[in-house]
Amino acid sequence: MSLALLLEQVLNGLQLGVMLFLMAAGLTLIFGVMGLINLAHGSLYMVGAFACAAVAAATGSFWIGLVASLIAAAAAGAIMEMTVIRRLYDRDHLDQVLATFALILIFSEGTRWLFGSFPLYLDIPPLLQGAVPLPGGGQYQLYRLAIIGVGIAVALGLYLLISRTRLGMRIRAGESDREMIAALGVDIRTLYTVVFALGAALAGLAGAMVGALQSVQVGMGEPALILAFVVIVIGGIGSIKGALFGAILVGLVDTMGRFLLPKALALMMPAAQAGLIGAALASMLIYIVMALILAFRPSGLFAAQS
Amino acid sequence: MKNILAASMFTLSLAASGLAYAESVKIGVITTLSGGGAGLGVDMRDAFALAMKQSGNKDVELVIEDDAQKPEIAVQLAEKMIQSDKVDLLTGIIWSNLAMAVVPNAVAQDIIYLSPNAGPSALAGANCNKNYFNVAYQNDNFHEAMGQYANKDYKKTFILAPNYPAGKDSLTGFKRYYKGELVGEVYTQVGQTDYAAEIAQIRDSGADSVFFFLPGGMGISFMKQYAQSGVNIPVMGPGFSFDQDILPAVGDAALGVKNSSSWSKDLDNEANKQFVEAFKAEYDRLPSVYAAQSWDTANLILSALSKASVKDKDAFRAALKAADFKSVRGEFTFNTNNHPIQNIYVREVIKEGDVLTNKIVGTAFEDHKDAYAEQCKM
Repeated sequence: MSLALLLEQVLNGLQLGVMLFLMAAGLTLIFGVMGLINLAHGSLYMVGAFACAAVAAATGSFWIGLVASLIAAAAAGAIMEMTVIRRLYDRDHLDQVLATFALILIFSEGTRWLFGSFPLYLDIPPLLQGAVPLPGGGQYQLYRLAIIGVGIAVALGLYLLISRTRLGMRIRAGESDREMIAALGVDIRTLYTVVFALGAALAGLAGAMVGALQSVQVGMGEPALILAFVVIVIGGIGSIKGALFGAILVGLVDTMGRFLLPKALALMMPAAQAGLIGAALASMLIYIVMALILAFRPSGLFAAQS
Repeated sequence: MKNILAASMFTLSLAASGLAYAESVKIGVITTLSGGGAGLGVDMRDAFALAMKQSGNKDVELVIEDDAQKPEIAVQLAEKMIQSDKVDLLTGIIWSNLAMAVVPNAVAQDIIYLSPNAGPSALAGANCNKNYFNVAYQNDNFHEAMGQYANKDYKKTFILAPNYPAGKDSLTGFKRYYKGELVGEVYTQVGQTDYAAEIAQIRDSGADSVFFFLPGGMGISFMKQYAQSGVNIPVMGPGFSFDQDILPAVGDAALGVKNSSSWSKDLDNEANKQFVEAFKAEYDRLPSVYAAQSWDTANLILSALSKASVKDKDAFRAALKAADFKSVRGEFTFNTNNHPIQNIYVREVIKEGDVLTNKIVGTAFEDHKDAYAEQCKM
């Protein structure tokens, strides 16, 4: 195993991590501020990917598609919040889960109705195509590096937004005491809609960026959603910092597990069998990590005050 | 979600049966119409319904349901179709893990199952059954063809497939004929969307070629990521990785790739020309191998119906086994284990105008039989 391979795999883990962060940040923000479990977050990711693919196909520009994905996902999120989610804040989590699960089905079938069952085509923009050399003689896909860059920029932006701006102050206030900030004259309904749209836009951005790497198809959001939930449970529900660390941990553990476990097992058994058992173990690995973390830190690594 | 077409066919068949006695036949179609694998199931369903429509046979009623690519749902649907719909025949399943969940149980209840796609090895050998007819292939076949083909140009191959029955059959099939060295053998998760970790291993492996079997959306993701990774090792795979359902979403990255299939749009026979024309005219897209196999399944059923009553199981099984229909794959006969004996071709991805499609560039096997038929005592 060469150093270049190891470096490449670490970058792969980071890239998966920042993608998960974009999903998990919205999810955890919405939970932290509004106490809402939003299963339909994966649908917003899908909306972003489809909007990007459709607009990029119509205009020929990935960048216009990317902007469209932000707008479409934020708009879908805002509409979702105003029509359905708003009625759920005072209900218990079971009602929220049921209603947002219904939203998943509605979004999936609606998208199938609009775009059909066959995956859409979305390519990486010419500017970001190809690979760049890595130290140690390896190469790495430029687009994935760009995703890591965007993820870091978003993390930084969110940090500044929440710690330095008036909106951020209100979000923090909303997290710690909802009734009080309403009593202080802050329009809490609008604040909720804005937070929801922000979370939705982040999911849409993730969907659009991943759409260029994967296939843009109905149901693409649910696997990402499951991982995002693992991330926020590990990181501590409601904590953005937790989402960042959780996402990078999950990204690295998943990538390294898929890569190293079959290799380690191959030292003990024939390669074909090691591949099979290693693959099976690797797919369990992040859940094992989650269980271990919850055993020692029941409310996650960076639990928000509750 | 029952097909309106089927309902109207049934109504028509009732109307017709008032005049002359005609036996109505119910066919249960369990296939994947939602989720990431939906494209395959939609092609299967569309071709099947079109073949039935074109035959003008008014006695056939289709009960079509979506399995969502989940074994537990497929099992429930099969039970419902057998117990309450009282179907005479079952067909439609795309995925081998679903076929493994449904087929053994259905054939044990003396229901005839015709597979339009999945062909797991476990059902081809010692566990073969007189009620199980595979009209598509045994899973290993296309991969065996690619293993054979790879011997010509390659010495060190990296192989990759998802961790489920068809994935294991795939790599087993490839290895059965490939004589070179394997520099890597990796199983990925079913439904996996990111292949960065695997591509990094390919880059590091020193391989001179990559063989992968990733059907549906998995193949799209892999090819797009591979094309951008800067790895220039040539890839090859079974037709499933490069079929008509996938190519538009992969784009030019697939151009020139060699893949194996029992069928191609340009196969030169009368039945195939009619099929491709009819499918294009009805649905305004090119058919995939799943559509072709499904079309053959429908026509096989129709040929048997014209010879024997579906209620007389022995006669009907014999009529199916005779395979007296015009296959879009040309020569088609059943082996002793009710799996096909057929040619497997090597195709190349080309561009016709703006449309990516395949053309045949060679024949890997003539009248190919699967490796498990000898273990089948039937």
